[in-house]
Amino acid sequence: MTKLSPVLSANWDEKDSFTIEGYKRHGGYKAAATALGMEPDAVIQMIKDSGLRGRGGAGFPTGSKWGFIPQGDNKDHYLVVNADESEPGTCKDMPLLLANPHVLVEGIIIASYAIRANHAFIYLRGEVVHVYRRLLQAIEDAYAAGHLGKNIGGKGFDLELTLHAGAGAYICGEETALLDSLEGFRGQPRLRPPFPAIAGLYAKPTVVNNVESIASVPAIINNGLEWFQAMGTEKSKGFTLYSLSGHVENPGQFEAPLGITLREILELSGGIRKGHQLKFWTPGGSSTPIFTAEHLDVPLDYEGVSAAGSMLGTKALQIFDETTCVVRAALRWSEFYKHESCGKCTPCREGTWWLVQMLHDLEAGKGTEADLEKLLDLCDNIAGRSFCALADGAVAPIISSLKYFRDEYLEHQRNGGCPFDPVASTNFAAVNS
Amino acid sequence: MSDKDFISFSQEQIATMDKIIARYPRSRSAIMPLLHYVQSLDGYVTPRGIEKIAEKLELATAEVTAVSTFYTQYLTKPAGDYHVGVCVNTLCAVMGGDAIYESVSEHLGIGNHEVTKDGKVSLERIECNAACDYAPVVMVNWEFYDNQTPRSVNDLVDAARAGNPPAPTRGPNKLRTWRENSAVLAGLNDGLANEGISAGEASLRGLKIAKDKK
Amino acid sequence: MTPEQLTEVEMITVVIDGFEVTVPKGTLVIRAAEKLGIQIPRFCDHPLLSPAGACRQCLVDIEINGRAFPKPQASCTIPVENNMIVKTQLTSPVADKAQKGIMELLLINHPLDCPVCDKGGECPLQNQAMSNGRPESRYEGVKRTFDKPISISSQVLLDRERCVLCARCTRFSDEIAGDPFITLNERGALQQVGIYESDPFESYYSGNTVQICPVGALTGASYRFRARPFDLVSVDSACEHCASGCAMRTDIRRGKTLRRLAGEDASVNEEWNCDKGRWAFKYLSSRERVATPMIRGADGELHEASWPEAIAAAAAGLKGKRAGVLVGGRATLEDAYGYSKFARVALGTNDIDFRSRPHSAEETSFLASVAVNATTTYKDIDKADQVVLLGFEPEDESPIVFLRIFKQVKKRGLVVTSDAPFASRGSTKLKAKLITSISDVTGLTEKSVVIVGERLSETAGALSAAVELVNKSGAKLAWIPRRAGERGALEAGAIANLLPGGRPISETSARVDIQTAWSVPALPITPGRTTNEILEALNLVSDDVSALDAVVIGGLDPADISSQALSQLLNSFVVSLEISHSSVTAIADVVLPVAAVVEKSGTFLDWEGRSRAFDKGITDALTRSDVRILSMIADELGAPIELPTVSATRREIAAVGKWDGAKAEFTKITLTSKSPTGDKLNLSSWRQLLDLGSLQLGEANLAGTSRKAAAHISSSRAEKLGVTYGQEVRISSELGSIKLPVVISQMSDDTIWVPRNSQGSQVIASLGFVSGQVTVVKA
Repeated sequence: MTKLSPVLSANWDEKDSFTIEGYKRHGGYKAAATALGMEPDAVIQMIKDSGLRGRGGAGFPTGSKWGFIPQGDNKDHYLVVNADESEPGTCKDMPLLLANPHVLVEGIIIASYAIRANHAFIYLRGEVVHVYRRLLQAIEDAYAAGHLGKNIGGKGFDLELTLHAGAGAYICGEETALLDSLEGFRGQPRLRPPFPAIAGLYAKPTVVNNVESIASVPAIINNGLEWFQAMGTEKSKGFTLYSLSGHVENPGQFEAPLGITLREILELSGGIRKGHQLKFWTPGGSSTPIFTAEHLDVPLDYEGVSAAGSMLGTKALQIFDETTCVVRAALRWSEFYKHESCGKCTPCREGTWWLVQMLHDLEAGKGTEADLEKLLDLCDNIAGRSFCALADGAVAPIISSLKYFRDEYLEHQRNGGCPFDPVASTNFAAVNS
Repeated sequence: MSDKDFISFSQEQIATMDKIIARYPRSRSAIMPLLHYVQSLDGYVTPRGIEKIAEKLELATAEVTAVSTFYTQYLTKPAGDYHVGVCVNTLCAVMGGDAIYESVSEHLGIGNHEVTKDGKVSLERIECNAACDYAPVVMVNWEFYDNQTPRSVNDLVDAARAGNPPAPTRGPNKLRTWRENSAVLAGLNDGLANEGISAGEASLRGLKIAKDKK
Repeated sequence: MTPEQLTEVEMITVVIDGFEVTVPKGTLVIRAAEKLGIQIPRFCDHPLLSPAGACRQCLVDIEINGRAFPKPQASCTIPVENNMIVKTQLTSPVADKAQKGIMELLLINHPLDCPVCDKGGECPLQNQAMSNGRPESRYEGVKRTFDKPISISSQVLLDRERCVLCARCTRFSDEIAGDPFITLNERGALQQVGIYESDPFESYYSGNTVQICPVGALTGASYRFRARPFDLVSVDSACEHCASGCAMRTDIRRGKTLRRLAGEDASVNEEWNCDKGRWAFKYLSSRERVATPMIRGADGELHEASWPEAIAAAAAGLKGKRAGVLVGGRATLEDAYGYSKFARVALGTNDIDFRSRPHSAEETSFLASVAVNATTTYKDIDKADQVVLLGFEPEDESPIVFLRIFKQVKKRGLVVTSDAPFASRGSTKLKAKLITSISDVTGLTEKSVVIVGERLSETAGALSAAVELVNKSGAKLAWIPRRAGERGALEAGAIANLLPGGRPISETSARVDIQTAWSVPALPITPGRTTNEILEALNLVSDDVSALDAVVIGGLDPADISSQALSQLLNSFVVSLEISHSSVTAIADVVLPVAAVVEKSGTFLDWEGRSRAFDKGITDALTRSDVRILSMIADELGAPIELPTVSATRREIAAVGKWDGAKAEFTKITLTSKSPTGDKLNLSSWRQLLDLGSLQLGEANLAGTSRKAAAHISSSRAEKLGVTYGQEVRISSELGSIKLPVVISQMSDDTIWVPRNSQGSQVIASLGFVSGQVTVVKA
């Protein structure tokens, strides 16, 4: 049985965990001091060796990403932290930043030093004012304490850190759209190549990392490679935040070594809500194909989830029990992707528009069996045809729900409408009745 | 090119804009915080705001419009003092968001992107706000109101209209107005960061279990 | 390209649909396929715009070194690589299905209004839907609707329902024209092209977006619902509006010009033109057109006459008289050659000038010594390390030259220096460094280009200073006049001191060349006079030895020259060759109608001296080119010039060839700067691209996008005058005054700038001069 391993969340239960005093009480900013005493390349090597992989969904090795930045090119380099957490089901970075913004600031100092960046940015989604407050205060306090600004720690390293609020656009979680947005344009993805490591922010070499990836760095510096590598699986090292939500007894954040299973998390947390059974779930947000009860023992690491036909994504475990209509779920996710499509490319812009209409009809029982084939063919014409991965995400819940619950779609047709009672799936069903 | 005089922002407001612009290596990057700032002054993205930003950043007004209309937080008409966003993304919708939206919409007599006649409350169907472990979630002025029910939200908007909204679940001790919070998103520190809890119950769930098992 | 240049570029061989093709490194797959004649469908792709990869219509299967991309790739964004194998829709079922899928998606929200759409019949969407789409749509849903159409300027209409969001128009406006006044707004399925509500799409280049729109989303107000593509006859033509030299296409239906488009010429206008070139052609069908020859009768009125009568009347009036020739700036090379030969052979005079604008003797010398046969080209701008603009506002005065400079400014930060009084919109886009004196120009090398506009002649000594600058640095010099005909007229010798081919009239061997070519025993050797001097001579009493009695006038407006020019013509015998009735025809003794550009063949020489030959567009036009009419008059005068047709004239011009001897010595004068006296201000002005120019007559939609006239002054001057932005000032000379709202600009306190020929600001007519001292007060 895998044990939980709180690292990032270890002190969230302290009243002042978000303050600089609260952070320093547990050794905060020691890792930055250690790193600034190392050669930048040694820091990169250490993160490479640790096996830390991006926690934003794609799982790209963080150290390698840093290593792509050309050195000695006499150009400005930038670090940009992707805090645009918007993938449905994903809710790890916001509580992390609310409870411990300084761990991100410290990670930023280390990462910027390693890639020789003197200006870093945090791109925070705009719809979380209190998280913005906490981060802004943390940055101001870090400046005041000499952790940011000129000649940090007397080591001759300068770093400016700017907090930037988004304004409501899921697509800005895509790194090149984020860069365009940060440059003051519409947040639409850029052509690649050039990749951000060569021409990112202001066409300068840029690393874009997820909040959790950067926040994991100080602990690795402090505790060493062995400690970190002792957690996780062969190719998915370390600890991570799993976010459990939906029809469970106890939703919340569970920090555990990579490779834990949903069965284990459910057992630890108290299981599916009383009197109900697991029907389907997402391993890493709505863009990752859904799983069912048959996937309870899939190791939740990059390889395990992938081998089972989905993606680890953001480890957003959205749990739905038997009261939930899977057609309704697919429709709502499609509405989300339609709402968030940036509009740049045809398959995503027009495809999500069409998908929503088809799913509306199917949910209302107006479809036919032939429409399911049309739906799948439409998904085939969208997936892999679009400019970025948003449209791939859009069709994932549809294709996977059809794979596991085709008959439920047909049941809507036989029933002339949705056979489910929406009240039964609410978490105040009992209160209302 | 000209000294085209817009319905004036004050010198102090213009100085604030200059400070926002100075945060960035290139001025155009300031367009988003400046739009948040305009919303904090005018309640939405006004023509004078677009024209001022264009002038400040040496952009065409069309370029500013292109950006402001891309992002859903920038409004084309005034929000209420309390802008209520009900999450209706799949998980929240299933867990009760749909019921909450229907109920509060009927209670207020307004639909999506509409404002009550007294200008106090506006309503929006929002997408996932990264608080799924607190579903169903409602955001007021982009502050977290966790684990809501139709009744709790109706009570919330009633209290807000009476000028006495409850505090956010994870936020400052007192709910600030939509304009005040827009200023925070422009990067103006309101000094309230230390108010409110570190983490909600769900955020601490794993930690608590880990500690209990030790 | 020369063989040496070819070897410099790395060549790459790829296989597309089984065929090998070798192309330069960096070539996009979609273009490599074109080389093989394989047409991959596309919408957003445009060879002159940055790749977007937005429409996804051009998806193909690609493998490199045996490794296949897991999904189809947009061929408009991927450069070729060695060992690349591409399979298009012709050989890959996956690419074919992908393209059909995209096409279906593009059509789900597209209205079925092709029968009433201007684009119908020449629509890339329509065509490619037939060639690469599914036979039937499976879409049963609700189509997206928008209000249609909306005006985004007085000349461009936008139908958002038809738009496929390829972003060609927005990319063009931003990247090529530097006018990002239309943008993609909103997002997702609601994404749409739009303007900021109170700032319409008033770019000088807006028409190009209509031309490159791959659907009927952007249409021109003047063409909307006027024609069907299959009813039109398209002819290649050249633009008569300025010296940029745009290749054009003119679309004609039953003898009427319905539309003009930018033609393609990679070395000149690429694929663009300006809105004046595109939309200012209504003058052709103006009710003011001169329809038949006319002779002024004893009653003082003009009466219609037959051609023989009119030719005879013209010849009778000129016979034995001391006559001059004013050519005007819009003559073709052949017509100008006709005037040049007519003056020398039929009238026996060197009193000929093509300049129908302010000019100087310094300029006359400059033209013969420096400008004629000059060889600077667009390519020199492409390679320049600095471009200096002297008396020249490219966006207003030669808009394609502007685009070319702007392209290099964008691409590689080309340094631009301009001696303008304030930073115009054009200067701002070029990030031009403004200088107040030519002596402030620095950093010139042999790779620099100094562009001299016709207005430089208005400042005494300025042309001399420019020549000095070029001589010292070895920089290239370009003379860019505003009108389309001036370079050709210069080369044709339609000026006092030159014979055709740039031959100095003072050179005996040059004269011998021409005497021989023209088979005449002698050429007049009395020095000829400038336009101003000719006008003055016409106004002298007839017993004065310098006086002229008669004048032959091509297309010119006396008000472009001076306020008194028209009155100077009143006492002479005037033969007017004109397209439309004008102030000159109103006083002329004989009026001879001539053909407009689309009605004749001819050649313009652009500012480079590059030939822009065009054929007759309206084949059954009854009007004749000037040269033919001049030839008839010469016959009647008994001094034939033997130029019965345009093609005969072309042959003769070619036979005469260019002068290969030394150019005449340039007569320099000293540059003197004049400070205004007392409370007066120096007046500065130029013509805006869209103004009251006579060739823009009758096109209200175009005029609607012209820049509103305003006077530019400095902020401290505004303070002294007690005016703020938008308030009016009165600008006065001894002759008269104009009243304009002010705009505050960074400029000298001593200077005021006004547009030269705009609504409410006709400088020559109202003030009597274009550069002088004026009194300015709050109005």
